Amino acid sequence: MRINPKVSEKIAKVLIWAAALFVLTVLFAIIIYILYKGLPMINWSFLTEIPRNMGRDGGIASAIVGTLLVTTVALVLAVPFGIGTAFYLAEYTREGIVRRIIRFSAESLAGIPSIVYGLFGFIFFVMYLNLGWSVLSGGLTLAVMILPTVIRTSEEAIRAVPDSYREVSFSLGGTKWQTIIKAVFPSAIQGISNGIILGIGRCVAETAAVMLTAGGALRMASSLFSPTRTMAVHFYILAREGISMNNAYGTAALLIILIFIINVVANALVNRFTAKNK
Amino acid sequence: MKLKENISKYIFLTLAFSSISALALITVFIIINGVPIIAEVGIINFIFGMSWAPSHGEYGIFPMIIGSVTVTLGAAVLGVPIGVCCAIFLTEFAPPTLSKLFRPAIQLLAGIPSVVYGFWGLLFIVPFIRNFFGGPGLSILAGSVILAIMVLPTVISITEVSILALPKQYREGALALGMTHWQTIRSVILPSAKSGIVAAVILGIGRAIGETMAVIMVLGNAVAVPESILDPVRTLTTNIGIEMGYASGTHRQALFATGIVLFIIIMVLNATAQYITRKKK
Repeated sequence: MRINPKVSEKIAKVLIWAAALFVLTVLFAIIIYILYKGLPMINWSFLTEIPRNMGRDGGIASAIVGTLLVTTVALVLAVPFGIGTAFYLAEYTREGIVRRIIRFSAESLAGIPSIVYGLFGFIFFVMYLNLGWSVLSGGLTLAVMILPTVIRTSEEAIRAVPDSYREVSFSLGGTKWQTIIKAVFPSAIQGISNGIILGIGRCVAETAAVMLTAGGALRMASSLFSPTRTMAVHFYILAREGISMNNAYGTAALLIILIFIINVVANALVNRFTAKNK
Repeated sequence: MKLKENISKYIFLTLAFSSISALALITVFIIINGVPIIAEVGIINFIFGMSWAPSHGEYGIFPMIIGSVTVTLGAAVLGVPIGVCCAIFLTEFAPPTLSKLFRPAIQLLAGIPSVVYGFWGLLFIVPFIRNFFGGPGLSILAGSVILAIMVLPTVISITEVSILALPKQYREGALALGMTHWQTIRSVILPSAKSGIVAAVILGIGRAIGETMAVIMVLGNAVAVPESILDPVRTLTTNIGIEMGYASGTHRQALFATGIVLFIIIMVLNATAQYITRKKK
């Protein structure tokens, strides 16, 4: 039997709307539930006190600091390498074998599961380079993990800079280096920052890779070589071992708020960037 | 001047090749740490062995392979249709105000830490399955539902991009032939965007099979070949996640060997997706 095209149009439309609304509902259900349970837990002492009793009491200050430190280490490495790679791809290579190899590697890195990054970070940074479970090992592992994100977004941003910018710079006698630094980079900076911010988001949210490389110490990290735990790892341990549901909710709520802010900032940058390049 | 040009060029080149050498480094270190135990146990025994008992020196990961495959397939069956529908919604039906809300929402969905999904699954999905379908609740089904939600951003964004990349004439031609909107979508847009959608599905599957922290909480983690989707399972990823904390010696090597299997699966999936997208261009 052939269904009347008008009827099937209606059915399809209803199903598609339903799917979209369903997804929105699920997302809001997750976020609202976590915030509802977690927001009341967040107060000054929760943010500034060190966890006591395995995290049952006290706050999550050391996990916040741990997250910050690990993320900073990751950025210090991933940003120059990522942006450099992006410039090399966009400005120095033509379509060909070199670009294909770099792009294949970057996309493959992007697909590797975080637990495999964790295995690698553990055996390479923690054991082989003998850095131990530490801020440094965790940060280095995350640096490798966010590298593809920084490369891809930076490359897109660099490519979006109109060729006329480069032509003007060359016609004024600028060298390639001067063109990159003075004409291309300033115009691509917002797009590049967007990639960096997405990288920060991934660092903050990551659990498996950090757990295997930064250790799980509850005390405040005192140097790059001290073990630490990040908020995501702290949340996982609290929730999985049932140590304190309240503190778990609080940590999760803080994580979601952070991710939300990170996304808002990234979007604002993209919007300004695209508006400028129109 | 010339010298400075050359120096800057080689700096960029060095940065680029250091970045991609990370992939080689990962490959080498995972392999040299996992291969000895595979050689010792035998590759057939390792992959098809039914018993995982590190304390007795038994390392068979077949139950975990089954676990990963079933949970991932479940996620694809549940997540792909919803994801493709959402992409169609965004490109074809969404009023501007709603799509302004929808896109950041999907981004947020992609950014939420996977542990939070796992936790939410443990609180809601697991009891729901236990009460309505029976069994322990910690199950393949619970893992599939959580992963289906988690692969949505990947499936939606790649599908959306491939639909938006279609030439406007396709749509105009279809409408000029008197097709309804849905007929246009079904018989012109979806078939033309097929390779992009296939790539989206493959990358989504890659994400699902590699996910650890979300499923570690809801799968039950029992090392056994499941008989139904309501049984608990352990996946390749959760096997590493659970035991890496205390493993040493050959046990640790066996976890690296589990990592090799996972790594190979992911690389094959990635290469396939990249091949499909490149061919289209």
